[in-house]
Amino acid sequence: MSTVQTHAGHADTHHDHDHHGPAKGLRRWLFATNHKDIGTMYLVFSLTMFFVGGTMAMIIRAELFQPGLQLVDPMFFNSMTTMHALVMIFGAVMPAFVGLANWMIPLQIGAPDMALPRMNNLSFWILPFAFLLLLSTLFVEGGAPASGWTMYPPLSLQTGNAFPMSIFAIHLMGASSIMGAINVIVTIMNMRAPGMTLLKMPLFTWSWLITAYLIIAVMPVLAGAVTMLLTDHFFGTTFFSAAGGGDPVMYQHIFWFFGHPEVYIMILPAFGIVSEIIPTFSRKRLFGYDAMVYAIASIAFLSFIVWAHHMFTVGMPLAGQMFFMLATMLIAVPTGVKVFNWTATMYKGSLTFEPPMLFAISFLFMFSIGGFSGLMLAIVPADFQYHDSYFVVAHFHYVLVPGAVFAIMAAAYFWLPKWTGHMYNQKLAKAHFWLSTIFVNVLFFPQHFLGLAGMPRRIPDYNTQFADWNMVSSIGAFGFGLSQLIFLYIVWQCARGGVKATDKVWDGGMPHGLEWTLSSPPPYHSFEVAPEVK
Amino acid sequence: MPVTDRSPLIVKDVTNDRERSHRSLTRRLWLFAACFFAFGFALVPLYDVLCDVTGYGNRSRLVEASTIVEAPVENRSVTVEFVSTAPTFGSWEFRPEVGKIEVQPGKLYEATFHAKNLRAQPIVAQAVPSISPLQATRYFQKTECFCFTPQPFAAEESREFTVRFIVDPTLPNNIDRLTLGYAMYDAKGSS
Repeated sequence: MSTVQTHAGHADTHHDHDHHGPAKGLRRWLFATNHKDIGTMYLVFSLTMFFVGGTMAMIIRAELFQPGLQLVDPMFFNSMTTMHALVMIFGAVMPAFVGLANWMIPLQIGAPDMALPRMNNLSFWILPFAFLLLLSTLFVEGGAPASGWTMYPPLSLQTGNAFPMSIFAIHLMGASSIMGAINVIVTIMNMRAPGMTLLKMPLFTWSWLITAYLIIAVMPVLAGAVTMLLTDHFFGTTFFSAAGGGDPVMYQHIFWFFGHPEVYIMILPAFGIVSEIIPTFSRKRLFGYDAMVYAIASIAFLSFIVWAHHMFTVGMPLAGQMFFMLATMLIAVPTGVKVFNWTATMYKGSLTFEPPMLFAISFLFMFSIGGFSGLMLAIVPADFQYHDSYFVVAHFHYVLVPGAVFAIMAAAYFWLPKWTGHMYNQKLAKAHFWLSTIFVNVLFFPQHFLGLAGMPRRIPDYNTQFADWNMVSSIGAFGFGLSQLIFLYIVWQCARGGVKATDKVWDGGMPHGLEWTLSSPPPYHSFEVAPEVK
Repeated sequence: MPVTDRSPLIVKDVTNDRERSHRSLTRRLWLFAACFFAFGFALVPLYDVLCDVTGYGNRSRLVEASTIVEAPVENRSVTVEFVSTAPTFGSWEFRPEVGKIEVQPGKLYEATFHAKNLRAQPIVAQAVPSISPLQATRYFQKTECFCFTPQPFAAEESREFTVRFIVDPTLPNNIDRLTLGYAMYDAKGSS
């Protein structure tokens, strides 16, 4: 693999920006069409939302520190659980992955930029407005949405003035994600460097290609579902009201047809990231590359036929329960292949434990814990006990926090020196890792016990029998929340300066891929002449 | 295809080609997204089709009178429970006269519901039935029901309603208890 850097040879004229560097001041960001600038904006936005959603989580855990109502009123508490979920899913995790895609996909496939730079600009700039709209509902009459992020009718139809605002915000977020996904697909399909066949693509790019298809398949279905809520509320339709022949359970079917692929949208790119990091610090090639690609594809396919496992308790025919139970369990097979391959990559590797590797390994362990509790939830008779309990909360936080969020942090620690050209403070990053890993388990592991003992989710007060583990969980939450300030500091410090990073950054490891053939930081316009991939 | 440095004319052609292929793929992907938007709405009638085929929770079956000949099955008894709700809180008083009865499949029974309009103006009501478990829907036959038609109420009027039903003798043996539920709604277009 080799690259030739030349500005004179530039011939990609589908946008007419300044070829010699970024525009000055605010214009650089407002009118950004450069994939690196847009990627940076996505990541900064995501980090901001991570702290906004995190603050909401702190309010939730503070209220649950002790039984009884201490700090907030129950309605506001319900708003917090609802908004925490919406902000974290659509504001923190998804934009973080889109930001990573913007930064890394062109660099990994040897493209000069994303295929549709202006749409890229639009898809980012929609987001701040969507979240301004969503967060402003905290101040309107009737309070912010409080019916849970799933917005089940008829409860969600009782939301006050926040209702149309939150629906419109979801429409905007959906539009933004769809545009981001289309951009990713067009870039990967049309702009790969010569010789970069599909099965030579780095796994992060692969995972995003499949994720992007999931996004354009299911975000429109969510848009449809919330549009039906909107017309039920304002225009007299009765999609979800029995009065006119509709059915509230119908909403759950449509919502989870979106909702289940959505959880894979939030984890597949994480799989891609981990598949980049583990080989680098094991100093081996990834074990079973092809199997990894096919495993992602099978998970994506299966995600479309398991939605009703979220709603076993609505009173489904036995045949339906059996089908959805078995299909759900089938997902454990490709996921098991992935976990096996990551482990096999490390086997007899010459491992070192830099911060990205630490996060990747801890992803491997804790994502598996979340995966196993998912298998428990898939079992119909067991699910009747676990449904809507804290066990479910523990399950999806294990796959989302030490799963998706840890993978995003691993990615940040892996590529941050490439982006900024500076090595960050690794000692501090390791401290951040250990504090996060310890506290995230203190935070979420006891929630398994609470759920099995019968504590329901989405409640501001609880029976005193749950007091001890709730206090432990809250202490874990405060510790985890505060630890993330270290991350903020590390990123800020690294962006400002530091020890110069080499082109390969991880010289001791075995970084593999086109992004490491560029300088650190890469030039503002990279791969203007496509590299030849052998 | 990536572009290499050649004469300006060729560069222009290649760039146009790339633009064209970007545009056509983008268009196809938007279409793909639009199809899924439509699919979300299509799920609504698709589920009705599913209910028709399987008989589960079938709305039309629930609100149509059936004609069935009495053919009681001795030594089998099924518990039928009655529940009622009025989703618009404070507008209706609505309850079954008895909570449950033991029935023989194949025999005609009668149950009474009490309803009162709590508001000071006349209203047209519509009761919407449902059967639980869902798979019992097709075996619960109503020969007469107040839910078949909208029911006009005067201000603060109270009425007794009757439903006559037969549990089909072919009801699967594993079902020995079923629930008939009614929700009372204000009918559309009434004042």
